[in-house]
Amino acid sequence: MEEKRICDAREMDRILERMADEIIARNRKHPKLALVGILSRGVCLARRLQRLIREKSGRDLPLGILDITLYRDDLSHATHHPVLRQTEIPFSLDDATVILVDDVLYTGRTVRAALDGLIDFGRPRSIQLAVLVDRGCRELPIAADYVGIEIPASPQDRVMVRVEESDGFDSVSVGPRTTAAGE
Amino acid sequence: MVFKRKDLLGTRDLTADEIRNLLASANSFLEIAERPLKKVPALRGKTVVNLFYEPSTRTRTSFEIAAKRLSADAINMSASTSSVVKGESLLDTVDNIQAMAPDIIVVRHRHVGAAHLIAGHIRASVVNAGDGANEHPTQALLDLLTISQHKSLESGLKVAIIGDIAHSRVARSNIWALTTLGITVRVCAPPTMLPREMEKIAGVEVCRTPEEALEGVDVVMMLRIQLERQDKLLFPSIRDYARIFGLNRQRLALAKADAIVMHPGPMNRGVEITSEVADSDRAVILNQVSNGVALRMAVLFLLGGQGS
Repeated sequence: MEEKRICDAREMDRILERMADEIIARNRKHPKLALVGILSRGVCLARRLQRLIREKSGRDLPLGILDITLYRDDLSHATHHPVLRQTEIPFSLDDATVILVDDVLYTGRTVRAALDGLIDFGRPRSIQLAVLVDRGCRELPIAADYVGIEIPASPQDRVMVRVEESDGFDSVSVGPRTTAAGE
Repeated sequence: MVFKRKDLLGTRDLTADEIRNLLASANSFLEIAERPLKKVPALRGKTVVNLFYEPSTRTRTSFEIAAKRLSADAINMSASTSSVVKGESLLDTVDNIQAMAPDIIVVRHRHVGAAHLIAGHIRASVVNAGDGANEHPTQALLDLLTISQHKSLESGLKVAIIGDIAHSRVARSNIWALTTLGITVRVCAPPTMLPREMEKIAGVEVCRTPEEALEGVDVVMMLRIQLERQDKLLFPSIRDYARIFGLNRQRLALAKADAIVMHPGPMNRGVEITSEVADSDRAVILNQVSNGVALRMAVLFLLGGQGS
């Protein structure tokens, strides 16, 4: 099976604009709003949402970077270590409304790890989850508050989000799962 | 990064890539010390045994804090309070520890090769925290991490190491690691404290005077004079040593204007380093200590997280 493109750069822009609108509308009354992206593509998407929200509403939201490596539940099973990258949350999470941003929501394990990580930094008033793609197949009771696009995919599929910052172009595509983990 | 080693026994056999990757990992761990809640669950359920046959406060504490910040269970055993004083052999002690299924053993021993012997004998990962005058790899790596925060770790950088080179595992591990990265190391010591054939190591320059060693260097590393060895008469008197080899403001002026001053501790103030220099803004001695925790977290994480 070939890799099938679900959306291109222009469609991704539109999706992110809609998500930014939803985030603004839902959080008008929350004075302490912040974005936290999960490394690596979640951070790129969080930066774009940050820019869109600034353009649309004038609100300048602080942006944090979260590496979930140390919170993974499969560390002792993994045959090798993923690279540990730098977590940077340069603002207080106490009483903040945090929008956690990732590219693909799949089993929910990444989000579970991210929630543990975030809570180590303080006590947010609430945490909302924004994902570009929800591909289903959850293994934990986790749901997103903002979903860019739903792609019902089987565990045999590989859903790939590519972003210009790290991949050279924007796209969402579905293809057969290869040995290299993608999501 | 894939860190395939079971143990960290020295810097001599580490590749430049392995060193750079270890430093990059350690760099990511620095942030945890800044958090209100300084603990991550990465090594939850793992057991780290600190087995120290030589007195140590800094290194043992640093490993213990590193293990605890990773949520591992850290147990300290020191020779003076253990069955060693009852005559048990090293390998018997280690077999007994292994029987309790630890994941990592951090070992310091006065004999060269002790950590290597243990590593070849048991399943747990072994970190060498000092074996005789041979190696102390985590100290060298934390020194490199400290240098990297001020200078770019590449060829062209000049590091002077001054003091008791012959008895210093810190010097040895630093020399191996620095030269592997293509960095020039100048060593300077009283002749009685300088190993023979030092100059045969590629990248090492032997200097006869501290003035010669300090001229234009980017980093100055002062070694502790082991006063407890003074009975061996390696130099005429402590006062002479301080006068000829001690780092004071005038001597430091020979190094580059932005040169940093390092010391692995514990310092003998007024002997190898004056208080004026040790407390100046050029000294990064306490940064070395802070970096030590992050570096050891990286080492424990990379060794301890590898599936069983």
